[in-house]
Amino acid sequence: MGNASSMLTQYDIDEVQEHSGYLFSQQEIVALYKRFCQLDRNAKGFISADEFLSIPEFSLNPLSQRLQRMLDGLNFKDFVAFLSSFSQKASPQQKMELIFRVYDVDSKGRVNLKDLLEVLRDLTGSFMSEEQREQVLNHMLEEAGYMRDASLVFDDFVKILGKSGMKMEVEVPID
Amino acid sequence: MVGLGADLDHLNIEEYLPEESIQAEPKKLHLNDFLDISPTLTEAAGAIIDDSFTRCFKSNPPEPWNWNIYLFPLWCLGVMIRYGLLFPLRLAILTAGWIVFFAAFLPVHFLWTGNTKWRCKIERKLVEMMCGVFVASWTGVVKYHGPRPSRRPQQVFVANHTSMIDFIILEQMTAFAVIMQKHPGWVGFIQKTILESVGCIWFNRTEAKDREIVARKLREHTQGADNNPLLIFPEGTCVNNQYTVMFKKGAFELGCAVCPVAIKYNKIFVDAFWNSKKQSFTMHLVRLMTSWAVVCDVWYLEPQYLRDGETPIEFAERIRGMIAARAGLKKVPWDGYLKYFRPSPKLTERKQQKFAESVLHRLEK
Repeated sequence: MGNASSMLTQYDIDEVQEHSGYLFSQQEIVALYKRFCQLDRNAKGFISADEFLSIPEFSLNPLSQRLQRMLDGLNFKDFVAFLSSFSQKASPQQKMELIFRVYDVDSKGRVNLKDLLEVLRDLTGSFMSEEQREQVLNHMLEEAGYMRDASLVFDDFVKILGKSGMKMEVEVPID
Repeated sequence: MVGLGADLDHLNIEEYLPEESIQAEPKKLHLNDFLDISPTLTEAAGAIIDDSFTRCFKSNPPEPWNWNIYLFPLWCLGVMIRYGLLFPLRLAILTAGWIVFFAAFLPVHFLWTGNTKWRCKIERKLVEMMCGVFVASWTGVVKYHGPRPSRRPQQVFVANHTSMIDFIILEQMTAFAVIMQKHPGWVGFIQKTILESVGCIWFNRTEAKDREIVARKLREHTQGADNNPLLIFPEGTCVNNQYTVMFKKGAFELGCAVCPVAIKYNKIFVDAFWNSKKQSFTMHLVRLMTSWAVVCDVWYLEPQYLRDGETPIEFAERIRGMIAARAGLKKVPWDGYLKYFRPSPKLTERKQQKFAESVLHRLEK
């Protein structure tokens, strides 16, 4: 692989930086490019779901199956764009957008009870029964003032999540 | 799962994972607590950006020091000497070594049918000599610390693993019988014909049934008083000499003394890590033979025994701690076989269980 950063011209860096809303510094983009090349084992120009899952720490994540549907086949630009939500410079709005996208995995613009159940299923696996999951969700939705068959749009997410102090930051190691 | 990753769940992996993964329990379950999956997402993104497993197998590219007008000619001269003079010379030494070796080994091995004890002794010396030639072919500057291994039953040597040259470096001092992965090509040929005579045992790590056979052979080998001491690389794969991955417990269940050996390479001239997915062993040797020298320290540490109430896994961890401390390696909780297999779902299940418990706990109230 050698000196991967040399394949990234200043022009490329500018373009990627613009695409990801200037949330990463140029140095960070160079570091991310090195990582991208490392994960893209056969230098195809994109990272397959399988390659993401070859990172043990990622594949152990309860949400990895769901996330890989969003991640499969990302090229470098989209790879950076995905990670930009985890930048310190990203606004809470952007972070919430990502969370919403994880729930709304088929991007219909709404999150219904089925989506919520799916995420809860990923997070709890076989340690809760389906009835228990439904019970918990109904309870929570009711408490927050929603009907059980309500579908949440992004604004609802902003309203609900706005209260909790969310910390969703990952530092890019620069060497 | 093939069952090989199953050892993983015995380790307390939480100790190694970043703090964020241990979620603080909110007081009461609200919708926002559930919708806020940011800790899990942060963890996933963190693993995508950088993860401790990949770091174990990252080779460090050499840093050329030809960056100014005075150094550049010197550096060029160095390249010329290394490739034009040292490499052919070393190749000649290696070839001469092989010729002498085969000239002596083949007749002894195939024609001498009489005295087995003497035959074994000569074969052992020849293998040691050949390993010495190999070490000389990369100007190995190896410092051995601590008492040399002795030959007696009921002991097994374990060492951290960076490259197949670990074996050569250890073998030139003492003829060990080693447990190793079967290799294709000329390495496989040498394994089959020569190294079997010093009692080495081969297996294929992707064959689940090979495990049982190896375990049985190991037990038999340690019982024999006349056998060469057994050497095991319990990591099961080459690591870049900055980290150590989990030790497989096989070597620690034999009920004999475990003698740890710590090997640390100095990366001043060349990185001795063999990245077997990127480079053949031949190319790895060429890289070593075109460098100035391979500098390395070997420590033979004090033999250890299974303590009362200690499980083989805890024992393996203790030995790993000793080797890591001596060689200055960082410990990571991963099974090296994850290079070939996916981790066991049990670890995910544990996270799920934790989350489910906290949800259920709050539901009851």
